[in-house]
Amino acid sequence: MTARMTLLLATLAGVLFLLSLLTPWSSIAALMAEDRGLAIAVLQELRLPRALLALIYGAMLGAAGAAIQALFANPLASPDLTGTTSGAALGAVVTAYLIGLASPLALSIGAILGALAALLLLLVLAGSRAETATLLLSGLAISALAGALTTLALALAPSPFAFYDAYDWLMGSLVDRSLAQAAFAGAPALVAMLLLLRLRAPLDLLTLGEDVAESLGHDLRRLRVEIVALTAIGVGACVAICGAIGFVGLVAPIFARRLSRGHPGQAILPAALLGGTLLLAADLVTRAAPLGRVLPIGVVTALLGAPFFLWLVAHMRWSLGR
Amino acid sequence: MTRLLDAQGLEIAGRLAATDLAIIGPQLVCLVGPNGSGKTSLLHALAGIGSASGTVRIGGADARTASPSVRHRLFSYLPANRELLWPLTVRDVARLGLAALENEIDAALETFELTGWADRRVDRLSTGERSRVLLARAFAARSALLLLDEPIANLDPLWQLRLMDILRRSVSAGGQGAIVALHDLDLAARHADRLIIMKNGRIAADGDPAEVIAGPCIPAVFGIQRTREGWRPA
Repeated sequence: MTARMTLLLATLAGVLFLLSLLTPWSSIAALMAEDRGLAIAVLQELRLPRALLALIYGAMLGAAGAAIQALFANPLASPDLTGTTSGAALGAVVTAYLIGLASPLALSIGAILGALAALLLLLVLAGSRAETATLLLSGLAISALAGALTTLALALAPSPFAFYDAYDWLMGSLVDRSLAQAAFAGAPALVAMLLLLRLRAPLDLLTLGEDVAESLGHDLRRLRVEIVALTAIGVGACVAICGAIGFVGLVAPIFARRLSRGHPGQAILPAALLGGTLLLAADLVTRAAPLGRVLPIGVVTALLGAPFFLWLVAHMRWSLGR
Repeated sequence: MTRLLDAQGLEIAGRLAATDLAIIGPQLVCLVGPNGSGKTSLLHALAGIGSASGTVRIGGADARTASPSVRHRLFSYLPANRELLWPLTVRDVARLGLAALENEIDAALETFELTGWADRRVDRLSTGERSRVLLARAFAARSALLLLDEPIANLDPLWQLRLMDILRRSVSAGGQGAIVALHDLDLAARHADRLIIMKNGRIAADGDPAEVIAGPCIPAVFGIQRTREGWRPA
């Protein structure tokens, strides 16, 4: 990807970030006129964490999606379709409702362990060079299992309000998070993304096959461990704070590879920028929808992403002539 | 004098028995043997793929511990599997891991008559055409040693002959060494400086191609013998 394209994408993400801070403008303008201090507090305490979380969570999903797709050599691998986000959600629910630890740190650790378990299970079930059908079936099985166990954990929770409490979070939500919570999700995600970017060259070389990459001195076992661990840490930390959000990790890398001339490793940076942009845009849609109430962001990404996924499957089928 | 290749104690459990192999100077070495005889395993052991033990020195440098940026100068490995996992363009595939070698890449694309196809996507090429792209990449690296696993498989007869000529030239004029696994005994005998026959994970014969072909090893290893009409089951 050229420096100009990177700058263009970063600018687009920046513009949406500002829009996210200022939308709806009328309420901020009215507050500014009445009580400037309150307006600034609303911006800092409510809108800034929400915009930061959308940007960083979206970027993390994009970067992790690109890295997982490169690792599995499969354009349909993504944090949600591989069951990673469902595993993270299960980890967080078990930590919060069965173990009874609800601090952001405990939730993050629970979610990271859940994501890690899901990814390791996927590697065992599907192998590192998975056929599309095996990968999707394994991901589906892991998602279904994690979903069922999440429901079971909520049903067994001592609190009778567990389902009600968890509903918003389970659907994916960026609303009413504090700056401290944003930092708990953002700091690990940012570190994970930067470390994933380091793996661009070996992931590109995997295009030539595992043997060639290995002959050039890249340790593939270590590469797999790094990608699985970084994805689990970054996505897990975000899921712990915002719940599971689907499809961004699938869609962003697919468009990013058009910008990286098909290179799977070099797609990580544009996928992160596109992922952040997509989630910021989806969050703006949740506020703009004329339904009289705010939609859960996970519903918006699923409504936009599922038709794209269906198109992708049909397109792959047509292009394979089946 | 520094040997072009000095490999000692190469071994892969169950696939390759302890093997030493040295190449003194530029030489085209052909590796033949029945299916499963250990040709690919020997190339893997030389290229550091999988869990091979032993030492490999190329031009005096330790190939096992060399960094990725140095390795392509020591050797280039062409796998038998020509699958390319992402739809890159021909030029981008040739550049993978070799971004600094633009002139060499241009020359290699020219040699394999791919210049006009540089911007085509590799997933739209035939297997033989993809082989030429991967061969161009292997030659562009200008490595001291080429390790090619069945490079003529999938190539049409004209390109099989052309490739052997290109190999011959880069060994004679370019000073490269090459170890090439083949199934075509005649092609190997005609072009190689040295012929190695593998059987059951061991080197069964190693020497001048004409002598090896005429010797007792071929009937014993392959179960075939040369007649006036060509090769026939022994």
